[in-house]
Amino acid sequence: MDTATPAVTVALHDGEAVVASSSQVDARRHGELLLPAVDRVLKEAGLKLDAVTGVVVGVGPGPYTGLRVGLVTAAAFSSALGVPVHGLCTLDGLAYASGIDEPFAVATDARRKEVYWARYDDSRTRATDAGVDRPADIAERLAGLPVVGAGARLYPEAFPDARDPEHQSAAALAALAAEKLAAGGDGFLDPLPMYLRRPDAQVPKNYKVVTPT
Amino acid sequence: MAADEPLVLGIETSCDETGVGIVHGTTLLADAVASSVDTHARFGGVVPEIASRAHLEAMVPTIERALRTAGVSPKDLDGIAVTAGPGLAGALLVGVSAAKAYAYALGKPLYGVNHLASHICVDQLEHGKLPEPTMALLVSGGHSSLLLSADITSDVRPLGATIDDAAGEAFDKIARVLDLGFPGGPVIDRLAREGDPAAIAFPRGLSGSRDPAYDFSFSGLKTAVARWIEAKRAAGEDVPVRDVAASFQEAVVDVLTRKAVRACKDEGVDHLMIGGGVAANSRLRALAEERCERAGIRLRVPRPGLCTDNGAMVAALGSEMVARNRPASDLELSADSSLPVTDPHVPGRTHDHDHVHEVSKENLYS
Ligand SMILES: [Zn+2]
Repeated sequence: MDTATPAVTVALHDGEAVVASSSQVDARRHGELLLPAVDRVLKEAGLKLDAVTGVVVGVGPGPYTGLRVGLVTAAAFSSALGVPVHGLCTLDGLAYASGIDEPFAVATDARRKEVYWARYDDSRTRATDAGVDRPADIAERLAGLPVVGAGARLYPEAFPDARDPEHQSAAALAALAAEKLAAGGDGFLDPLPMYLRRPDAQVPKNYKVVTPT
Repeated sequence: MAADEPLVLGIETSCDETGVGIVHGTTLLADAVASSVDTHARFGGVVPEIASRAHLEAMVPTIERALRTAGVSPKDLDGIAVTAGPGLAGALLVGVSAAKAYAYALGKPLYGVNHLASHICVDQLEHGKLPEPTMALLVSGGHSSLLLSADITSDVRPLGATIDDAAGEAFDKIARVLDLGFPGGPVIDRLAREGDPAAIAFPRGLSGSRDPAYDFSFSGLKTAVARWIEAKRAAGEDVPVRDVAASFQEAVVDVLTRKAVRACKDEGVDHLMIGGGVAANSRLRALAEERCERAGIRLRVPRPGLCTDNGAMVAALGSEMVARNRPASDLELSADSSLPVTDPHVPGRTHDHDHVHEVSKENLYS
């Protein structure tokens, strides 16, 4: 599952191949769309959730409140079913899906005129930590490189060589995870959110708070 | 399924408390709470993004703690209830997502319920079944409402509400003016015990004969208190903090209890329930007791720990939903930051009693 970007995406992988998947792009309805998508994917595969032996979740980076939907859903599945949760960087899923075998970058929309990004040596090898920056501030460092993801399309001046895919797919994330699991299970992240930004510490007017004892 | 004593787990994340409660009918089995209030204190109020992040961190550990405390297996639950609203959107979303995932994984019906109705229903855990109808005065930092409920699962009518600040908000703001820190309720309550409630005649909002009978206003009071303090300071005089606290608190609880008792009399209701964080205020409890007794009204106030936001209240309402065979919510259930108080719960769109059961039964452990 991955809900760190506008895509709400779920896939079921049996260790050999993707059995079923669902992807919807709707940045405002992660909470409503995720569980029905899980249900659809399982139904399509003719399986029940308790057949699942592991949960893979994109941990971001992501600006959307939706990032938490995927993470808390994965944690709850893990707790209820007693199966492990494996975290993967959301950008790694996009990189893997691109299949590019030369140096490139991935950029997703971080809003506030910024992108989340990382550099890759090839589709399986991330060369930098994920960062959050203004496109103009990293354009020079990424000059001449293909850039995968919605961030590239949003800022064509900074990233002229935009490549597919535009959106995250859980199918790619699951395939990448299956590779890692088959190779011994190294290289996963803790299933914790990668925000890369401090929270806006603004108390809104008429904030809601129950005065605690 | 136990028809009259359902075993329900309830999740509450509408503000800064991650609450998980487990009830069996009207018996409380567990009430686990993780609060991020300390993180918000230096900002003077709840910061939504900080609250949401804290909910995500605490959510599953708090659920597991509640299950351990209650000593029940999740497989034995009759349902999972969650606050669907009102509250902070991002905070609600964490709880709703967790509840949906547990309900789906365990094959249990899901009940998205109303936070305010839960505040009322929690009293069942303390004083047994709610009388029908019940008058409820809900007072906290987020709400100040007079509600009349003939059936807590289906019929909650708003009689009045604050037209500006919530009562708890006024406590917080006055505490800030007096440099007493956040939250303001407990510290003002404590200082007021040593002050004179009649020392300063602060205004009683919306108390004129032509004002709305059941609405509240605390904004004018807040300004009057702040001005009074500033005038003292400007004149170089010491601010009598205890007398200010007592007089301010008296103005708040005087209006709250007067209007609540009047609503009971007007509607012919002989029970008054007081809930919400401000119901922990000792003077509110004492004055309500006094006025209800004089009016022949039975007062029900849950213990302070059940008045503030918690998961037990959500479980209590969820249990009532199961007992009364209300339709479950569906997997599309969304967090609704402005869920109307008239919706005690959010039934699935199909309004088909068995819909969620059917969907989730397929995922039951065999
Ligand atoms: Zn509340």
